[in-house]
Amino acid sequence: MNELVFFINKVLISGAVSGSIYAIGAVGVTLVFSIMRFAHFAHADQMTFGALIVLFLTALFPGSGAALGIPTPLLMLPLAMAVTALLAIGIDKAFYKPLREHGVKPIVIVIASLGVTLMLQGLIRLFSGTSSRSMYIEESKAIFRVDLPFDLAARPLVITEPQITLIIFTVLAVIGLHLFLNRTRTGKAMRAMSDNVDLARVSGIDTNKVVMVTWILAGSLAAAAGTFLSMDVSLSPDLSFFLLLPIFAAAIVGGVGHPYGAIAGGYLVGYAETLSVFNWTILLRPLNNWFPEWMELPRNLSLVGTEYKIVVPFFILVAVLIWRPTGIFKGKVI
Amino acid sequence: MSLLNATQVEGGYGGMNILKGVDMAIDKEDIGVIVGPNGAGKSTMLKAIFGLVQVNGGDIQLRGQSIANLAPNKLVELGMGFIPQEKNIFPSMSVEENLEMGAYIKPHTTKRMLEKIYSFFPPLLEKRKQPAGELSGGQRQMVAMGRALMTEPTLLLLDEPTAGLSPLYMQEIFDRIVEINKAGVGILMVEQNAKQALQIATQGFVLASGQNLYTDSGQNLLNDPEVAKSFLGG
Repeated sequence: MNELVFFINKVLISGAVSGSIYAIGAVGVTLVFSIMRFAHFAHADQMTFGALIVLFLTALFPGSGAALGIPTPLLMLPLAMAVTALLAIGIDKAFYKPLREHGVKPIVIVIASLGVTLMLQGLIRLFSGTSSRSMYIEESKAIFRVDLPFDLAARPLVITEPQITLIIFTVLAVIGLHLFLNRTRTGKAMRAMSDNVDLARVSGIDTNKVVMVTWILAGSLAAAAGTFLSMDVSLSPDLSFFLLLPIFAAAIVGGVGHPYGAIAGGYLVGYAETLSVFNWTILLRPLNNWFPEWMELPRNLSLVGTEYKIVVPFFILVAVLIWRPTGIFKGKVI
Repeated sequence: MSLLNATQVEGGYGGMNILKGVDMAIDKEDIGVIVGPNGAGKSTMLKAIFGLVQVNGGDIQLRGQSIANLAPNKLVELGMGFIPQEKNIFPSMSVEENLEMGAYIKPHTTKRMLEKIYSFFPPLLEKRKQPAGELSGGQRQMVAMGRALMTEPTLLLLDEPTAGLSPLYMQEIFDRIVEINKAGVGILMVEQNAKQALQIATQGFVLASGQNLYTDSGQNLLNDPEVAKSFLGG
């Protein structure tokens, strides 16, 4: 029973957490791709940037969330989302828009976005240094231990406050995105532009406005994902390095340009990671008595070591590109 | 004053002029049809009028106002509609959403216009929730025309509306174009099916190598032995 609780903590909850982060990140990448047709490498750094803004605001007004009974970083999140959205629009205006108007090939803009990545990383290090920092200042992270009503289960289920908030946020974001894309005029214009940009222009759709809305969505979602992740672990300036590959893997697994595919892809990559690093011996040990004498359970039965977790999304990415380049769901490639 | 008046239009892609001084005038009551051999600049002319091809010389006027090189969304606001030859629908969006996108600049008219379009193209009503990409070629063309009509344009530009359609659908589309015209919309279209198109044309323009070769009523062009021999396959 304890083993099962361990499994729930290590796989189900962990997978839901990293899956949500990847899903939110991949939605941003996929939206940017479907509107502007380029892979935006600086996306993960917008996550770090958003978290950094939250950290700054928290440091400026420590403990201000206590009045409302919520952690201060959470209180600062909406503001940081707005700032990051502005940053995303600014980056587009300064670096991508001139190239787009010049009619360059998408690869040129991809490379420009690599440049923006390096620039943002330098900027982040300039202000925050290279060390990791806790997002909680004068506060501490709430950790919930839920004891199970079984005698056999001595271990509690463990989940932290930022993890709960993240999962709730992701559910709300997905519902919100769905309603936005299907019910609002601007959301439909976004789908139209993703479907057929020339016809969208011919129909009188203001494509510059759609581009701006895309950056607002991608930037603010990135800030939220980065903040939740940093609240759960810590904010380190190289956060984006570890997010870039899983996020792109998630976006491609889901079929680039499909927001719902990106969400599914995010959870698929998240769970694949946690399932691969889970030590299966723990689940098998209670069954040890039933195994024949000569068979001894190895101490560690995980597929990959935790430190090599990053190979999982890499493998998924390669596998999908070889066997299902259009993503796991059927559909057109944009 | 004509609805549309293009004089000595020169233009093309990347500084190369495909159009070398084309004249064209269309009134509200007119159905103008542009015909001519491949590479004559027919589609280029239509796109130049709609701001999709750079105009380097001459002028294009809509109700006396110069519109040369205006952006397409401005032209939609001025009452023009354009139906491209290919990729003229949003395939993953439903028929109704396609039509809604047509009225993007006039959202308050959406509801009234949807009813109008559905009564004009009844097959679209029953398919309104279906992705437009799943429709047959003729029905797609209806979606494309419906989308362009959602803003109630005064001038409609069509780039080969019957390309790739069966003869049955072709006649249906031509009939609809005549009806739209009778409702007070000036029409200018490019057509490969020159004979059938010229039959409904009040104005026919024969282009070759980016220049006007003949300009006359559709009937006169059909009866002109020179035109018939060179451009209508005898």
